[in-house]
Amino acid sequence: MTQQTAQPGAWTGRQNKRSGDTWIKVREVLGRAVAYLLLTVGGLVLLVPFLWTFSTSLKASGAALSWPPQFIPRPVVFRNYVDLFVLAPFGHWLLNSMLVTALSVLGAILSATMVGFAFSRLRFPGRDAMFMLCVSTMMLPFIVTMIPSFILFRILGWIDTFAPLVVGSWLGPAFYIFLSRQFMRGLPMDYDEAARMDGATSWRIWASVILPNSGAVIATIGILSFRASWNNFMGPLIYLNTTEKFTLAVGLRTFRSYTSTNWALLMAGSVVMIMPVLILFFSLQRYFLRGMQFSGVTGR
Amino acid sequence: MTANAQADTSRGLGLSRMSWRTREAIDGYLMALPWIIGFVCLTAGPFIASMGLSLTKWDLLTKAKWIGFANYGKLLTDKYVRISAYNTVFYTLFLVPTQVALALCLSLALNINLKGIRIYRTLYYLPSITPAVASAMLWLMIFQPEFGLANYVLASLGLPKLLWLLDPKLAKPALIIMALSGVGGGTPIMLAGLQGIPVSLYEAAEIDGAGRWHRFWRITLPLMTPVLFFSTVTGIIGSFQVFTASYIATDGGPQNATLFYVLHLYRNAFENFKMGLSCAMAWMLFVVLLILTILQFWLGQKWVYYES
Repeated sequence: MTQQTAQPGAWTGRQNKRSGDTWIKVREVLGRAVAYLLLTVGGLVLLVPFLWTFSTSLKASGAALSWPPQFIPRPVVFRNYVDLFVLAPFGHWLLNSMLVTALSVLGAILSATMVGFAFSRLRFPGRDAMFMLCVSTMMLPFIVTMIPSFILFRILGWIDTFAPLVVGSWLGPAFYIFLSRQFMRGLPMDYDEAARMDGATSWRIWASVILPNSGAVIATIGILSFRASWNNFMGPLIYLNTTEKFTLAVGLRTFRSYTSTNWALLMAGSVVMIMPVLILFFSLQRYFLRGMQFSGVTGR
Repeated sequence: MTANAQADTSRGLGLSRMSWRTREAIDGYLMALPWIIGFVCLTAGPFIASMGLSLTKWDLLTKAKWIGFANYGKLLTDKYVRISAYNTVFYTLFLVPTQVALALCLSLALNINLKGIRIYRTLYYLPSITPAVASAMLWLMIFQPEFGLANYVLASLGLPKLLWLLDPKLAKPALIIMALSGVGGGTPIMLAGLQGIPVSLYEAAEIDGAGRWHRFWRITLPLMTPVLFFSTVTGIIGSFQVFTASYIATDGGPQNATLFYVLHLYRNAFENFKMGLSCAMAWMLFVVLLILTILQFWLGQKWVYYES
C-alpha cells in the first residue's frame, strides 16, 4: 500500500519498518482517523450547497422560502423542471448552448491540432518564432482585445449571432495549440517518415497518422473548450440581444426578473446547466485532471 | 534527410529535394493559417486598435474624436475607477493568498495514502467545475438573508443573522468565500507537484531523524515553491478580472461595495458606450498586470526554488 504512490509527508506509510513499535501504530491509526474526519467534514461543507440546490429545485415555490430551511423537500415536486420550458424560452437556451458549445469544441480540436501539427512536425521558416508569439498571447488579458473585437464583429454584422462566440475557436486558440504542439512533439518522427515514403502528404499525415494517435490531447482540448464555451457568460452577454438567442448562462440570469426570483425554478435551471459538466467530468475524469495538470506547467 | 530523398525517388514523382521541402513549408504555412488569421484579426489587430481607441472619445454612433491622453487623465481622477480599483485590490489581496494556502493544505491532506482517497479528491475538485453563473446563483441563495443556509448556520450557533451580500461591509468578504468554494480547482496541479518530490529526500531526512514538521518546512515547502509561484501569478491575473460573480450576485452593489474594475469597464463600454474610456481602462489593467507579473518574477528569484 505504501509502495504505489509512496506518499511523502503523510501521516501514514512506512508502517512496515518498525511494526513492533505499538506507540507508532497507535499514532498512525489516530492520524488516519483524524485525516478521515477532517476530509469528510470539509467535503460535506463543499457538498451541502449542491445538495441544497438540487433539493430546492424539487420544492414547491413556497417551500423554497421556508425557515428553517427544508433539506428534504416535502412534497417532492418535478413541476419546476416543466415550468422552465413553459414560463421561459428555456428550450431555446438549452439548444443554443449545445449548438455554440458543439461548434466551439469541434473548431478548437480541428484548428488546434492542425496548427499544433504544423508547429511540431513540419519545417518552415519562422515556425518557432510564430510559436513563441502564439505562447506569448496566452498572457494577454482578454479584456484588452474585447472592445475592438466587439467593434470588428459589429462591422461584420455578427451582433446577435453565434458567430462571435464560435469564431475564436476555429482560429486556433493559443493554449490549445500549445497543448497539442507539446503532445505531438512526443510522438516518434518515424510515423511521418514512413507515411511520406508511402507518398502521403502533410495533410494526410495529420489526418490519418497523427490524429489517431493524439486521443489524449484531443480529449483534453475537448474538455477544456467544452467548459469554456458552456460556462461562457461575458461573451453571450455582450453579443446576444434577442431573448430567444440567449445561451443558458445568460438566459438563467434573466430568470430573476422573469419570475421575480422564483428560487425553486432558478435552481432547477442551475441543475440543468450543471448536469452536462458533471456527466462529462465523470465520464472523462482522467483527461479532466490531466488537462488541469497540463495547464499548470509546474515549472520543474 | 536521406529518408526524404529516398522517399522522393521511391515515389518516382521526379521532385527534387528542394521542391519537396518547399512543399512541406507551404503546407506548414497553410496549416498554421487559422492561427495566423486569428492572431492578426483577433489578437494583434484588436490589441493595437485598443491602444488607438483609448486616445479617442467615441460612442459608436457619432464620429470618433481624437483627444490624446485625456482618457488616461480621467481614469486617475474618476471616483468610480478609484472605488473599483480599491475593491479589486481588496478582493485580490484577501482571496489569492488564502486560496493558495488553502489549496496547498488541501493537497497535503489529499496526498495521504488513505483508502478511498480518490473519492475525496473528486469531491473536493467538483465545486470548481460548476459553471460560474450556476455557482453565483447558488451562493446568492445561500447568502439570502431571510432563508439562506449561511444565516441558518449562524442561527443554529446562536449568532445573529447577517445581511451578507446586502451589507456593504460584508459583500466583498461574502464574494471571497464564494470564490474560495472553488479552491479544489487548484489541487490537481499541487498534487502533481507533491508527487513529483523524490521520495528519497524524505527517506534521507527520516534517517537523519527529521520530524514531520521539519520535513515539511525543509523539503516539501521549498520544492513546492514553483507550483505556489505559478498559482499565485495566475491567481492574481484571474482575480483582477473578476466579473461574473459580482455582475450576477450583487450587480456592483450595495453602495458600490462590489463594483470591480472589469464590471465598471463593462458598464462604461456596453451600457454607457464610452468606447475610448473603456479601452483606456483595459490598457491600464493590462499594464498594471504586466508590471505586477514582472515584479513577481523578479521577487520570485528570491523565494522560488528551481532545481538547476
